[in-house]
Order: sequence, then structure tokens, then C-alpha cells
Amino acid sequence: MTLGLIVRRSLRQHALSTTVTAASIALACGLLLAVWVVKDQSHATFTGMTGGFDGVLGARGSKLQLVLNTLFHLEESPGNLPWNDYLDIKQNPNVEFALPIAVGDNYRGYRLAGTLPELFTAVEYRPGRHYSFRAGRAFEPTLREAVVGSFAADKLGLKPGDKFHPYHGLIYDEKSEHAETYVVVGVLEPSNTPADRVVWIPLEGLQKMSGHDPKAAADVSGVLVKLKAGAAAAGFRMDLMYNKQGTRLTFAWPVGRVMTQLFDKIGWFDRVLTLVAYLVALVATSSILASIYNSMNERRREIAILRALGARRDLIFSAIVLEAAAISALGVLAGFVVYALVMNAVAAIMRAQTGVVLDPFAWHPVMVLAPVAIIALGALAGVVPAVKAYRTDVAENLVPQS
Amino acid sequence: MPLLEISQLQKSFVAPDGARQRVIDVPAFTLDERAQVALSGESGSGKTTFLHLIAGILKPDSGCIRIGGREMSALPEPQRDRLRATSIGYIFQTFNLLQGYTCLENVLLGMSFGPGADRAFATALLKRVGLEQRLEHYPRQLSTGQQQRVAVARALANRPQLVLADEPTGNLDSANAREALALIRDGCRENGAALLLVSHDRDVLEKFEHVADLRQLNRAAAGAAGAPTEVRP
Repeated sequence: MTLGLIVRRSLRQHALSTTVTAASIALACGLLLAVWVVKDQSHATFTGMTGGFDGVLGARGSKLQLVLNTLFHLEESPGNLPWNDYLDIKQNPNVEFALPIAVGDNYRGYRLAGTLPELFTAVEYRPGRHYSFRAGRAFEPTLREAVVGSFAADKLGLKPGDKFHPYHGLIYDEKSEHAETYVVVGVLEPSNTPADRVVWIPLEGLQKMSGHDPKAAADVSGVLVKLKAGAAAAGFRMDLMYNKQGTRLTFAWPVGRVMTQLFDKIGWFDRVLTLVAYLVALVATSSILASIYNSMNERRREIAILRALGARRDLIFSAIVLEAAAISALGVLAGFVVYALVMNAVAAIMRAQTGVVLDPFAWHPVMVLAPVAIIALGALAGVVPAVKAYRTDVAENLVPQS
Repeated sequence: MPLLEISQLQKSFVAPDGARQRVIDVPAFTLDERAQVALSGESGSGKTTFLHLIAGILKPDSGCIRIGGREMSALPEPQRDRLRATSIGYIFQTFNLLQGYTCLENVLLGMSFGPGADRAFATALLKRVGLEQRLEHYPRQLSTGQQQRVAVARALANRPQLVLADEPTGNLDSANAREALALIRDGCRENGAALLLVSHDRDVLEKFEHVADLRQLNRAAAGAAGAPTEVRP
């Protein structure tokens, strides 16, 4: 009780420095948590987000670019492949399902992806989860109809019955409007996948859009491939056939490993970000040391009075260490607010840019480890001023210093 | 039976010029249980050092201080702290109230390190010194006289056997000084504590039946009209 009272009163007496120091701890804690969670969740989401497919077949080029283009609807297409290549892989006995994708147009910055209506019926984008409709139905493959992903529908304000003209290219340019008119016939339920940011139209519609090269009218940008269960060896064989023996096509398989390459490439950035977060935490906890240490002169008399009343040196030492830990704990509590704000902002940006949804409130061990470490580090920072308090000369400091 | 027994007590400090200066050299001193004794002494006569030694705040170079049968001077510091917390109340000239704590908390702290916090007793003590309406006030919100009354209540909070008072009226006007002194003496009497008060104020000293002159007690002070005695090796 006495220790608690001494700490509470000291925190209140030094309210300004307590607030400033706790705020810097809050910032450090919030950033540390956010960096860690964003790093791990984005890694897990991007490498685990296969859309229900095992591999992607595309033109010769970068596997990463191919996966980003066809599954995540990012980056440009590495090139097209002829329709026959789609038919070949579709007929492969180890392939359960193959879905062609064509890209190249947009509607007000949101990508148009041409595909088959089987996307909405046969594909499980997560085990047991099919795309479902918030409103309307799937498009007819021979009509100029569109199904809009939930995020794109919200941002574009599209609903069944609305009409629009696509724009040429992946970047919105109002001067490059196509003549064709498409009717929205369905809006998807949110799937928390990149598909939410896409306007889906029939494959043929995109292939034969006015202004596109008629010679490439039967080409596709990529083929999403799902292998039959237990056909992992087939993946190796197809990898060998397309990537090692062939020279014309690229088979990106398995999708998760390809995405891991992306994180390997940007791993240095990850490490820099983590290092910065560590440094911020270190500087913030050091500020506890500075703020308490700097106030030791004004605390000496109070410490001497407490000692004169019978407080032992170790109680004074403990009070200072506990005060440092309490400042850290206050900072950590506020740090969760900073974390929530940062994460909401990051999650909104990431969803808008990639369609990938982060969950700021998902459990992660760092939520416990980082606060415990910061509080421990704060308490440790309190040891230096605590030693100074421990050594306070009682007789010398009982007299008011002018 | 003596509550406080002092024999051959010596204490020296190192002066800024490096020489050791003896400030306390008391061959013998005793104080009976419940007795009230005033020590007269001018500035520099070593009275604060003498009280600090009795309270165990300072450790003597040599000699013996026995309080209630326990030899304070032989105890290690944590046990001296404990003995002070349980057996001694201290009233300072400058009150030494903790400014960030309320009156009640100041008094509670006076007992927390010893017998333990007793809110009811702390409240009763503040009521006894006429501050029942000021329990939640902070020292800065009180007059100097009221602050000294809080200090008196705090000194009695741990139900001490011995109260040490160092120029307790030195910062008060004469009316407040009379009132504070009466409170200290009555408080000690009511709580069964002995009182050792040092002062150079003639009005204060006149109130006591037993007054000892620190210049006579302390050979170091007597050496040069109150000046500390230089210790030669």
C-alpha cells in the first residue's frame, strides 16, 4: 500500500514528464506492435492467399510477376499465351481445374478481369468457401455483363442494373474509354481477397474488346491451375516440363513459395523497419531514465524525509523502479491505442491497394511479449536513478536546500 | 528506568579543508520514559547532529546509544530504520511535510513503515491537533502553524516511545509557537512518549522543568564557544 501510494504520488507530482515519457513509450509500443503484426500478417496472407489454386501458367517471364498479376491483380501481365496452352493444361490428367484470366482494361482504376463464370461456382477461394453474391447473379459468358467485387462496388458505387464503359489499359485514363457498354448483373460478398477489388467480365468480352489486337483475340494473360488432390508430384513434373525443358511458358508453382520469394526480396526492408521500431523503443525507455534521473535533485529531500520516517533504502529503490515500470505500463496501455490507429490506417491502405485484409485484433504473441519487454526495459531504465535514490544522504538532505 | 542511554558518543565530519572535525563528544546522557527534557543550544552546537545520531539517521564514530534496551548504535542500517519507524517520532524545524501528499497521507506515512497504516488513528491525531477539516488538504494549502500541527500528528503516528523535536517552533510566530509547543508536550504525555526537544528559544526553554545545556553535555561544542573541535590524530 505504502509503495503504491509513493509511486502514485510521484507520478502525479511529475505529471508532465510522466505524460511526455509515457507518450513516447506509447508511440514506440504502438509502432513496434504494428510493424510486427503487419509484417507477420501480410506475410501469412500473401503466402497463404492462393485463391484456391496451386499454380499459374503464363508467358515466359517472372513467376512472381505472373502470380501478382493473375492472383493479386497487381503488376502488369508478363505477356499472353495462346488459347491452346490453356486447353493443353486443362486436359492434363493431374489438373482438376484450370481457369483462364485475361487482363488489360480497367474501370476508373479498378481492374477488369476476363474469366469464365466457373469462377463463381467451381472455385473454392478458401477451403469450403465459394464466392457468393451480395446482389444479383453471375455473368453470362457471351453477354456484356459484369460482376463487381465488393470493395470495387462500394468505391465505384456500382449495383446490379448499372451500366459502364471500360477504359483501356490498367491505369485509368478518361480519354481511353472503350465503346462497349457493360451491365452490372452481380455484386460479390466480401471475400477479403484481391477478388474484392476486381470487376469481373466474360473472358471473351475482354479478348474482343474494341481496340485490342484481333490477332490476340484468343490469347489469355494467365491460367490459374488447381491440381488434383495428391498430385504434388505432378506439380514437380509440370515445373520441369514448362520451366526447365520448355522455353515458351512459365509455370509458377507452388503459389505460396513464389510469394515467399517476394518477402525474401523485401526482407531487408522488413529488418530495417524492425530495427527502427526497436530503436524507437530503446530511445523511449531511455527517456524514462533521463526524466527520472533529471528529477532526482528535487526528489532528494522527499526521499530523505521518507527515510527519516523509517523507509528503508530498498523501499526507496523499489519505489523508483516501480515508478519507471508504471510509466512504461501507462505507455504500453496508450500504445495499444496507437497500435489500433496505425493498424486501421495500414489495413485500409493495404485493402485499397491489394485487396488483402489485415485483422488488427487478431491474436499475436507479440501483443504480450512486446508490452512485457517494454515494461521490463522501463523498469531496468529505472535502476540507474533508483541507485542514486538508494544512495541519498538522509541527514544532508533533510535541510531545505536554497 | 531510562528510555534513552548515551555513553561516550562521538561523531566527526570531514571539513571542506580535509580536516576531521569532531562535532559530538557526549560522555553521558539519559532520558527517562515519559520524561520531557529540553536541550538548549546555539547554532553550530551540534544539536541536529545529536538528534540524528539518536534517531539512527547518522551512525556514531564511537560510543553507545541505547533506546528501550536496544543498542541503536550497534544495529545495521535496516534495523536502525526499523527501530526509528517503530519507536521514534521526529519533528523538524522546517516541518518536512511531503508536499505531494495530503495531511492524512503525511500522517499515514508516519506509521506506515512501523506499526502499519491505521486510518482511524491518523484521523484521530489530526482531529486532536484541530485539523479534522483539513484531512485532504495539501501542506501548501495550510498556514505554517497548521503545517507544524500536521508534523506533530505525524511524529506521534507510530505511537513512539521517544519524540525528538529539533527547533520545532523556530519557524513560527510566538502565538503559533506556544500552541505548537503545548500540542507537542500534551501529545507526548497523552501517548506515553518521552520528549527530547532542542531549542535556543528562551521562551520555549522556560516551559520545561528539565533543561540541559548542550554546550555542557557536548565537549566538542564546549571546546570553543560552540565551535566544533578539531580532531588531531
